[in-house]
Amino acid sequence: MLHRRKLLAVAAGGLAAPWVARAAAMPGVTKTSIKIGQTIPYSGPASAYGVMGRAQSAFFKMLNATGGIGGRTIEFLSVDDGYSPPRTVEETRRLIESEDVACLFGSLGTACQTAVRQYLNARKVPQLFVNTGADKWADPEHFPWTMGFFPSYRTEAQVFAKHMQRNATSAKLAILYQNDDFGRDYVAGVRDVLGPQYDKTVIRTASYEVTDPTVDSQIVDLQASGADMLLTAATAKPAAQAIRKIAEIGWHPLHYLSYVSTAPAVVLIPAGAENARGIIGAVFLKVAADPQWADDAGLATWRALAEKWLPGENLNDLHTSGYAMALALKQVLEQCGDDLSRENIMRQAGNLHDLEIPVLLPGIKVNTSPANFHPIRQMQLARWTGTSWERFGDVLEGTA
Amino acid sequence: MLGFWHQILAGVATGGIYASLALALVMIHQATHHINFAQGEMATFSAYLAYALMVSGVPYWGAFGITVVLSFALGALIERVLLRPLAHAPDLTLIGVFIGLLLILNALCGWIWDFTIKPFPSPFGSRPLLGGLVSSAELGTIAVTFVMLLLIWAFFRFTKLGLAMRAVAHNPESSRLVGIRVGAMLALGWGLAAAVGAVAGMMIAPVVFLDPNMMSGILLYAFAGALLGGLDNPFGAVLGGFLVGVIENVGGAYLVGTELKLSLALAVIAFVLMLKPSGLLGRAVASRV
Repeated sequence: MLHRRKLLAVAAGGLAAPWVARAAAMPGVTKTSIKIGQTIPYSGPASAYGVMGRAQSAFFKMLNATGGIGGRTIEFLSVDDGYSPPRTVEETRRLIESEDVACLFGSLGTACQTAVRQYLNARKVPQLFVNTGADKWADPEHFPWTMGFFPSYRTEAQVFAKHMQRNATSAKLAILYQNDDFGRDYVAGVRDVLGPQYDKTVIRTASYEVTDPTVDSQIVDLQASGADMLLTAATAKPAAQAIRKIAEIGWHPLHYLSYVSTAPAVVLIPAGAENARGIIGAVFLKVAADPQWADDAGLATWRALAEKWLPGENLNDLHTSGYAMALALKQVLEQCGDDLSRENIMRQAGNLHDLEIPVLLPGIKVNTSPANFHPIRQMQLARWTGTSWERFGDVLEGTA
Repeated sequence: MLGFWHQILAGVATGGIYASLALALVMIHQATHHINFAQGEMATFSAYLAYALMVSGVPYWGAFGITVVLSFALGALIERVLLRPLAHAPDLTLIGVFIGLLLILNALCGWIWDFTIKPFPSPFGSRPLLGGLVSSAELGTIAVTFVMLLLIWAFFRFTKLGLAMRAVAHNPESSRLVGIRVGAMLALGWGLAAAVGAVAGMMIAPVVFLDPNMMSGILLYAFAGALLGGLDNPFGAVLGGFLVGVIENVGGAYLVGTELKLSLALAVIAFVLMLKPSGLLGRAVASRV
C-alpha cells in the first residue's frame, strides 16, 4: 500500500510540476487574459456600496471590447461577501486558491479586508486599492502587499487641521469621535499636524460607542469646554444627532465633518439642512450634483460608458469613485507591460507619478512610491450652504 | 457647576428613552415571566409601520392609533404562531427564538425601508427648551412614559384581567384549575407588550432618528434599567431607566470619561444587584415547594 501511495504521489508531483512552475511566475495570467478578483457587498447592510463593483465591471467590459490591456482581456471576478468578514475570508481563499487570480482589486470594508490582510501578505498576493478610508492600508513596511486608494480618514483630519491652523483666530478645538479605528484615525491626523501644540489646541475630546443611543451628553460636554471649533468623526446617525443638538443648544462652532457623513440625503437633510449650514467637509471627487461639472469631459466620458455597459443603472457618486479606482488599476497594468507577475504588479502600484484621473478634482494627483502607499493624499474643502456643498480654497495635501 | 446640571438634565432626557422601553420589558415579564430580546426590534418595526402610514398620507394621530392596534395584533400573533408550540420548551430554546425574531425583524426593516436614517415627527414638536438642553420631544417622551406607567400599574393592580395575567405568569397550572384561560392571557400579554413597545418606539424615533438598528443600543440600557429597578415593578423599571441615564452621563463627563461610561453604569448595576438581587423596588419572591 505504502509503495503504491508513494508512486502515486510521485506521478502527481510530476504532472503538477510544470504547471506549478508557470503559475508561480505569473499566476492568473495567460497570453490572452488577466484574472482579477474582488470581494464587495452586493447584499446585506452595506449593499449600497456594491454599485462600485458594478461600475468597475462595466469599465472592464468596455476595456475588453476595445482590445483589453496589452492584448490581454480582463477577467474580473467580483464576488459578494455581504460585508461579513468570515465570508470575505472564504471568498478570498477561493479566489486565490481555486481561481488563481493575479491580484485582488478594490475589495471593500475595513473589517472584511483586515480579516484577509495577513493571509494575502503571507501568500504574497497584491491586495490593491483596498476600498475603505482606514489609514492602516498604508503600511508598506509591515504589509508590503496591501495598498489603499481613497484619502484616509487620517489624511482628511490632517487637511482639516491645516485649514484650521491657517485660518482660525483662536485655537480651541473639540473633537467628537467614534471609539474605534475610524474615529481614532481623526484624532491621530490632528495630532500629526499640530504636533507639540496638540495638547494646547485640543481642549476637549469626547468619544461615543456605536451602542450609545444619542450623543447629546458628549455635545453638552464639548460645548461646556468653551471650544469654538469642532471636528466630528462620526457615522451617519450620530453625526445627524450631533448637528441637530448643536443647533438646539445654540452653539456655533466652526464645524468640520468627516466625509463619511457629508451626504445631504443621508445625514444633512434628516438633521435639518438649516442646522447644518456652515459645516465644512472635504471632497476629492467631481460630484454629479455640482453644477460646475455639468459639462465636464471626464464625467461625460464616464456617463457615456455607463450608458452603454451599465444600461438602466441609476448612477450616483459611488459609481464615479469606483470608476476612478478602475482607471488607476488600468494605469498600473499598463505600466507592468508584459511582466504581470504579482511582484511587478505591486512594484508598479508603488510607482505612480502625478497620475491625473479625470473624475477627481482638478489639481488632485495620484502619487505612490515604495515608501508611500497613500495614492490620494489631497482634498479640497467645501462648505454646506443649506442647499449644496460649495468648494473653496486650494487643494490641500495631508502630511506623509 | 452649570455643566453638571446640564449633564443631569441630558441624563434625565436619555433616561426617559430607556424607561419607556423598559416598561415594555416589564409588561412582557409580568405576563409571561420571559425576557424578550426582540422587544426592541418589535418596537422599531412598529415605528416603521407608523412611518409608512404617515408617508402614505395618514395624519399623525391616525397613524399612531392604527400602529398601536396593529402592533397589539402582531404581538398576539407572534405568541400564537411562534411561542405556543414551544410552551413546554426549555428556556434556552426560547432565547433562541427571541434572538431569531430580533434578527428577522431587524433585517426585515432594512429590507423594506433600507438602512438610512429617517426623520420621524413628534407630536410634541422638536422645539429646544431650557436653552436646548431638553427638546420638547424628549419632555413629551418622559410625560408619555409616566402616563403609560400609571396605566400599566393600574391595570395589573386594579383589574381582574391584570390579576389573571399575573397569576398565569406565576403558575399556569393552578390558574387553569381556577378557570383562567391561560393561552388567551399569554397572547394578551404579548399583544399589550407589543403595544407598549409601539408607543415607546414612536416616542423614541423622533429623538434618535428612525433606522433599523435604532433600538439595539437602547435595549441594552433598558434591560439594565429594568433590572436595576426590579423587573416585576413598573415603577422600578422607570426609576431604573432614569438612574442609568443619569449615572452614565454624569460618570462619563466627570468620573471615568466617555469611553468607560457604559462600563461604569453596568458596574453600578452589578453592585446594586449584589446587595439587592430583585432590584431596587422589586419584591423578593419566595415559592413554597
